[in-house]
Amino acid sequence: MNNGITKDNANNDYLVEVNQLKKWFPVPTTFIGQIFNTDREYVRAVDGVSFNIRRGEVLGLAGESGSGKTTIGRVTIGLEEKTQGQVIFDGIDLSTLTSEELRKMRRRMQVIFQDPLASLNPRMSLGDAIIQGLKIHYPETADQHRDTVLEIMEKVGLTPARFYFNKFPHQISGGQRQRVVIARALVTSPDLVLADEPIAMADVSVRALLLDLMIKLKEELNLTYLFITHDLATAKYICDRIAILYLGKIVEMSDLREVYAHPLHPYTNALLAAVPVPDPHERRQEPMPKGEIPNPIHPPSGCRFHPRCPYVKKICSQEEPVLRELRSGHVVACHFAEKFLAE
Amino acid sequence: MTKKEVLMQIRDLSVTYTTRLGQVSAVDKVSFDIYQGEILGLVGESGCGKSTMGKALMRMIQPPGQITGGQIIFDDEDIMTYDQNQMRSFRGRKVSMIFQDPMTSLNPVQRVDEHIVEAIQVHEPKTKTETALERAGTLVRKLGIQKRRMNSYPHQLSGGMRQRVMVGLGLVLNADLIVADEATTSLDVIVEAKLADELRDIREEFGVSLLVITHNIALVAELSDRVAVMYAGHLVEIGDVEPIFDAPLHPYTKGLLKSIPNIKLDETEELYKMPGEPPNLTHPPNGCRFHPRCPKALPICQKIEPGFEEIAPGRLVKCWLYLDHPDKEETTIEVPA
Repeated sequence: MNNGITKDNANNDYLVEVNQLKKWFPVPTTFIGQIFNTDREYVRAVDGVSFNIRRGEVLGLAGESGSGKTTIGRVTIGLEEKTQGQVIFDGIDLSTLTSEELRKMRRRMQVIFQDPLASLNPRMSLGDAIIQGLKIHYPETADQHRDTVLEIMEKVGLTPARFYFNKFPHQISGGQRQRVVIARALVTSPDLVLADEPIAMADVSVRALLLDLMIKLKEELNLTYLFITHDLATAKYICDRIAILYLGKIVEMSDLREVYAHPLHPYTNALLAAVPVPDPHERRQEPMPKGEIPNPIHPPSGCRFHPRCPYVKKICSQEEPVLRELRSGHVVACHFAEKFLAE
Repeated sequence: MTKKEVLMQIRDLSVTYTTRLGQVSAVDKVSFDIYQGEILGLVGESGCGKSTMGKALMRMIQPPGQITGGQIIFDDEDIMTYDQNQMRSFRGRKVSMIFQDPMTSLNPVQRVDEHIVEAIQVHEPKTKTETALERAGTLVRKLGIQKRRMNSYPHQLSGGMRQRVMVGLGLVLNADLIVADEATTSLDVIVEAKLADELRDIREEFGVSLLVITHNIALVAELSDRVAVMYAGHLVEIGDVEPIFDAPLHPYTKGLLKSIPNIKLDETEELYKMPGEPPNLTHPPNGCRFHPRCPKALPICQKIEPGFEEIAPGRLVKCWLYLDHPDKEETTIEVPA
């Protein structure tokens, strides 16, 4: 189907290129404050982030709450206006598109949200919910919509699809609801799927099935995932590469196995150590960094992690470390990363 | 633990919710002991009844829920026989509770010190405010909350700090047992790890018992001395943490442990995919409630509920595979995936 925006840059390795992306949210002030105070304050949710996503890859964005991971995802697929920077999707700078062109582009970028109950209309049958995307993006093929929906429902394991087509969200289990949300995202045959904590709400015994389904669908449908998670243990099972975020900045990014085996940023190190291991023989010994994520309105000077860093030196509060490549494809933003690498 | 003295005995405890769709047996004839000074992890998936169980231990089940049977024995007395006044002095002084969301448990217009002083004065009305403040100050220092934070309101504190205030409120009356219901769940992983360290320190310092209710099985491995596994309103397995994680016995525990993601890179790539989903407790399956999802189900499992029996010292399992029964020699039946 050609709607003017097609995959013609097949030779380009990257499906998504994000350059120096910033998203600042203005802090609400009082009426008087708005009149007299010209220096508005901003929450710097995303503060200069660059990354690429290769075709067919799963890139994980991981960090604690307030790290900006969800905002990055939303800005990347155009759900949120960016403050600054550039998002290139399949060779096309999204900011050069008109709103109509952007709307057409949305077919190729879909989202799976965390809470399936909140993302499904309780009064819409499952089939109707899934068919919406087709009605919007492919109105010309209306006669085939029902079959397409039934097919995708079978694919995500809502079988028999005819049985589930007329069910409502409250009549099915939580795991099945998330399958509906996945089906709805995939029905427009997107290239990129933003999965924002897609399995965080599911029960442990259901999670493995959903993860497996997402991996299977990625292979079958040639998808690329931007996978947002706070759970580094789960990320291990799906992500090819991972970016660790702290206060709106990437502190470390590489192949997942590389990051987990050789974390070079003290924050990554702490984050990995904090994840409990389901083995009572391997209890964590190392102490945790002090404090909690600081206020993103006034982020710390220099390296944003310096007030909590166990290896902090004078330079850390004065100069912001540059994100640089230390090993092949492994980038780190820490003044002492070279030293950690040598050790 | 060297000495195992029983602090609380729970016997055949049942809790039922009356809903439009019928009776939901959220906790069904559950029995176990809580020892002095231990950290007992109670794990299970959502809807398995673990939170209901925690509340039932303080008799805090609200209608439409009701404790429909059983005994809770503490200090040789069955607290099910207590009247309202006895219960009021029992709660907080003997058993206290920490909830998941500190923001909704703390009063937004009360400062930290006011919370603690109020907790002391409600239970010990003769305490002077100065004395109470002093006690609050000492306690708060032990929990790593700065003195100036005593004058803060809950919204001025970070999530981890708020949860520490909750822990403080649980400790201030020297309760013997603290029930922590998903107390670390809303926290970020680093803050959660720190709170886990603190809970361990608190146990050492105050000698309290902790019942840690959580869906995070890895956290239980990290934190507790013993583990109790709940499924669909039943306790299916209980035992010391190491034997349970090394060699789980109940097929549900086995499946659950194999389905937890492990961050260690040398651990296997494949997660176990347990078939099915937890049952609807308005119509729980007959016999063993796990049998429809069980890869080892026997014919008897569909008909008769197994007992919760001790099969090794301190290790109890509710599963026919480990009990004598007439069908013992029959082969296992296949369960479609």
